[in-house]
Amino acid sequence: MPAMIELSSAEKTFTMHLQGGVRLPVVRGVSFHVDAGECVVMSGPSGAGKSSILKMIYGNYRCDSGRIGIRHDGGMVDLARAEPRQVLGIRRSTIGYVSQFLRAVPRVATIDVVAEPLVVKGVAREEARVRAGGLLRRLNIPERLWQLPPSTFSGGEQQRVNIAHGFVSDYPILLLDEPTASLDAANRAVVVQLIEEKKRNNVAMVAIVHDDEIREAIADRIVDVTAFAAAA
Amino acid sequence: MAEHLIENDEPLLVAEGLARNYGRLAACRDISFALYPGEVLAIVGESGSGKSTLLQLLSAQLGPSAGRVSYRMRDGVLRDLASLGEAERRFVFRTDWGFVHQDPAQGLRMSVSAGANVGERLMAVGWNHYGRIRQAASSWLERVEIEVSRIDDAPRTYSGGMRQRLQIARNLVTEPRLIFMDEPTGGLDVSVQARLLDLMRNLVSELGLAVVIVTHDLAVARLLSHRVMVMKGGQVIETGLTDQVLDDPREPYTQLLVSSILPP
Repeated sequence: MPAMIELSSAEKTFTMHLQGGVRLPVVRGVSFHVDAGECVVMSGPSGAGKSSILKMIYGNYRCDSGRIGIRHDGGMVDLARAEPRQVLGIRRSTIGYVSQFLRAVPRVATIDVVAEPLVVKGVAREEARVRAGGLLRRLNIPERLWQLPPSTFSGGEQQRVNIAHGFVSDYPILLLDEPTASLDAANRAVVVQLIEEKKRNNVAMVAIVHDDEIREAIADRIVDVTAFAAAA
Repeated sequence: MAEHLIENDEPLLVAEGLARNYGRLAACRDISFALYPGEVLAIVGESGSGKSTLLQLLSAQLGPSAGRVSYRMRDGVLRDLASLGEAERRFVFRTDWGFVHQDPAQGLRMSVSAGANVGERLMAVGWNHYGRIRQAASSWLERVEIEVSRIDDAPRTYSGGMRQRLQIARNLVTEPRLIFMDEPTGGLDVSVQARLLDLMRNLVSELGLAVVIVTHDLAVARLLSHRVMVMKGGQVIETGLTDQVLDDPREPYTQLLVSSILPP
């Protein structure tokens, strides 16, 4: 299986200019890879840099040095050096990100929020809605809510809309930041199933999960982030 | 916002070493970038940072002291704006470009009807069939969520938010490829702003418009733009992907902007 993600010696430090230029090392020497069809779970206590690494892989946080290789359009692209346009292209077709919180777009119906990643990729709106509806149903979001904007939903419902939004498209890489955090057991089981299906479709995943049971269920490999501690 | 960015390797607008001085004051210094079709670029910074001057330079309303701006014409040729004749420049401005002012009164004719405001741009590009012009105008009013029954009313009878939506309709009716916006949500109530932003976001992605938007409001930049340039003292001090610059700002001034501890 070819590596879909290849990090080597990636490093991140925040320099807080408003606090007198304090340098806050986050991670150093981050090196691991993720193959197609496998789910790598990052472990380590809060503050170890798990979310920062995930954000670096998405190009949301800059990488100060090292390399973040992403397989995109048949070649490896170093995201740490990519132009903004390239990063946007990679996000459009290669990397999906399921964050902990839904960044709700005001006024847009839930079904369209979920269908959006498909529409962007050129799927006809009707077909996109059908696929979006299928996922919402599996995640137990009642159909009567689909026409409402998700901003009116409970935390757990929003999280499930967010998961549907992240899983609806067929990105070859998925980044999951606590996808099951505020879900009940039934919905957690659905997410585990969805992850299994992604694996069968050769999707490479990196996940942050605090729940031991879920980690057991989804992890093919565990990467200990404390090994990348940058604190001097 | 990262959707509907059209894959296209040829830039639409190119700025090279752009500068503008007012006497000894450098309002803009050494600005270079390329804007691609379908790309939304936000220029942020506080008043006096040079962002409005830059917008005027880019839209050929002001000539540069140094450097140049080039635009890819519909025939595919990239041309220096300074080399265009006055008639050519006006034609580009009327057809291929739009300019949304902060104050709708600057971009609209306040005493003629809404329909005429929208139709005027069509007549400027040669439309002359009254029925078709009116049809196009009413369909655009609908798209910007203005009741068609208000088509014969003058914009001075409109609310601030409606005026701004009308200004957008007037700009988009000729199907431009590039829109300049100068603080388009400034001076509007927060709820009105949200509606306008949502509308602009949808139109921009549906039509695949390239946009240069000047704003001091980072939330507007986050919602609308793919890329952001931070200006200070006439220079671009930081540039990059919008969410990267806003979530991981590098320069002291950008960190200050993001942490929003600027004195009012």
